[in-house]
Amino acid sequence: MADAPDPEVAADTAPQPEAPPTLHGFPLSDSRGQPVVHVPREHYVDLIKALTDEGYTQITDICGVDYLTYPNRAVPAGVSRERFELAVNVLDIENRRRMRVRVQIPEDDPSCPSLFDLHPGTEAMEREVFDMFGIVFTDHPDLTRILMPEDWEGHPLRKDYDPGAIPVQFTHDYRLADAAPVAPEASA
Amino acid sequence: MSVTDGLPPELVQQTSEGVQELRPRSELTAKELMREVGSVLRMSEAEAARLGETQAETSEDQTMIINMGPQHPSTHGVLRLMLELKGETVLRCKPIIGYLHTGMEKTGEQLTYMQGATNVTRMDYASPLNNELVFSMAVEKLLGIDEDIPERAVWMRMLLSELNRISSHLLFLATNGLDLGAVSMMLYGWREREEVLRFFQKVTGLRMNHNFIRPGGVAADLPAGWRDDVLRILDLLPGRLNEYDTLMTGQPIWRDRLQGVGVITPQEALALGATGPILRSTGTPWDLRRDMPYLRYPEVEFDVIVGTFGDSFDRYAIRLNEVRESVKIVRQVVDRMPAGDFRIQNKKVTPPPRARIDESMEALIHHFKIFTEGFKVPEGEVYVAIESPRGEIGCYIVSDGSAKPYRMHIRGPSFVNLQTLPHMMRNCLVADAVAIISSVDPILGEVDR
Repeated sequence: MADAPDPEVAADTAPQPEAPPTLHGFPLSDSRGQPVVHVPREHYVDLIKALTDEGYTQITDICGVDYLTYPNRAVPAGVSRERFELAVNVLDIENRRRMRVRVQIPEDDPSCPSLFDLHPGTEAMEREVFDMFGIVFTDHPDLTRILMPEDWEGHPLRKDYDPGAIPVQFTHDYRLADAAPVAPEASA
Repeated sequence: MSVTDGLPPELVQQTSEGVQELRPRSELTAKELMREVGSVLRMSEAEAARLGETQAETSEDQTMIINMGPQHPSTHGVLRLMLELKGETVLRCKPIIGYLHTGMEKTGEQLTYMQGATNVTRMDYASPLNNELVFSMAVEKLLGIDEDIPERAVWMRMLLSELNRISSHLLFLATNGLDLGAVSMMLYGWREREEVLRFFQKVTGLRMNHNFIRPGGVAADLPAGWRDDVLRILDLLPGRLNEYDTLMTGQPIWRDRLQGVGVITPQEALALGATGPILRSTGTPWDLRRDMPYLRYPEVEFDVIVGTFGDSFDRYAIRLNEVRESVKIVRQVVDRMPAGDFRIQNKKVTPPPRARIDESMEALIHHFKIFTEGFKVPEGEVYVAIESPRGEIGCYIVSDGSAKPYRMHIRGPSFVNLQTLPHMMRNCLVADAVAIISSVDPILGEVDR
């Protein structure tokens, strides 16, 4: 399942045998036996394009992650950790293999190029990530909220978004209503 | 001109989804319009040109935008479709979802790995055991115990997963019949599904939302007499499926309603990320059970059913025949069910048995700690996918080393498959729209999560 690096890349790294594995020049890591390639935002679309040409023709999933409270996760050397991350799972139906692409997205500019022109099936997934994390996909044809109502404030899956509570209607509790005015007098 | 013209403003505000809605042509640029009607799907130039012509011909006083759903009975829950109609022809369609969004992925971050299965099982409520299975497999992969699950647990998972596929497809057959006016089919489909659910109740205690498949194995062993119960279902089903064939498959009305309706090409299906029966109906033989096997699927005999035309009839026939294949698999599972533990004997994830709690204080403490604090899972991230009745269901979990997932994401097949709707519906009739929604078989609990 693990991919051998490109022949050209392999030739480059041949003189230094300890060099970390790469794919198309980007660091390749292994997560519980699953290949993961880490790519900077500006080369994201190019890499997906290259992977598509290699046979990874279907994007099965795009998942956003907010690493606000877990900044020290393991990434290969040379990858700077940012607050947000996209985990894009691609599938090669011909050769029956999967690959994961992880993209770091900084907090001060949460945006990322859209894959829509390459893979129209990412339309709903990117909208979901935008809705839940506020990551803006440039060139997405219809970047609106998809699961939350249009006038919702905030992005619920961010770690600094408190789930909170919505006041429940029609739950009048007589015991609480009776007890409430008594309490201040008793303390005074 | 908009849908809401002439309505009281407070009503408009209550129901408005703003820019999420389908906009009139006059508000769209030509580029947006082309994207919306799918010119990105690698159409030939001739096709694109033809599309452009129909657009030029259609002026807004000939068309109207109407809502179908979220309360329409044929939308299988709370799917809302905005349709642009010209007479009875659907020109454009946009699904609007989110009416059942309950933040289950956020909830998943507050629950321990032990409790997580309770949460995910409520997503795709027609195939809850598959949801639990994919979540448990992801957690086991993170724990590194995915190879150590006892054989009996693995085969039990296969048994339940396949029976769940049967019950889910029977539900599809029932509602598909109902949507197309074959109302008696609904009663028959429901009747057979009930047989399967009754078996689930006997095994797990619940008809739905079982929380039975858990990280480390399953919650309990099979009850006495389970073999007879399963065999009774297996003996019952083939005859009933033949009756469905008599009732529907060969009927000219049924064929006229489904054949050539909602056609999608393999290229479109792949580009839109479709999986499961939708992808297979186009003739693409892709089934994770065979192509990227999990559990013990390589050890059982079954066929992957594929269609030819990618229409609603193919999707109906595929699901009907997948029930037959699942019956085949379940029969092999019953024959080969091994003896042994039903959950892993790893004290880290498995609570001590009930009998030990009575006699040992340590066992009681251990039991208490596993259920209150949960167990810690090593840092890392995994994506695990299995074949649910609706397609590829995936689970992406990020662990930060604590007892709760840092991020738990479910890739719902219905969520992605819904994107094929606008492409299947282009230039179809409103009556066919019902058939097409039905043939996609979306479960809105999973779409909205």
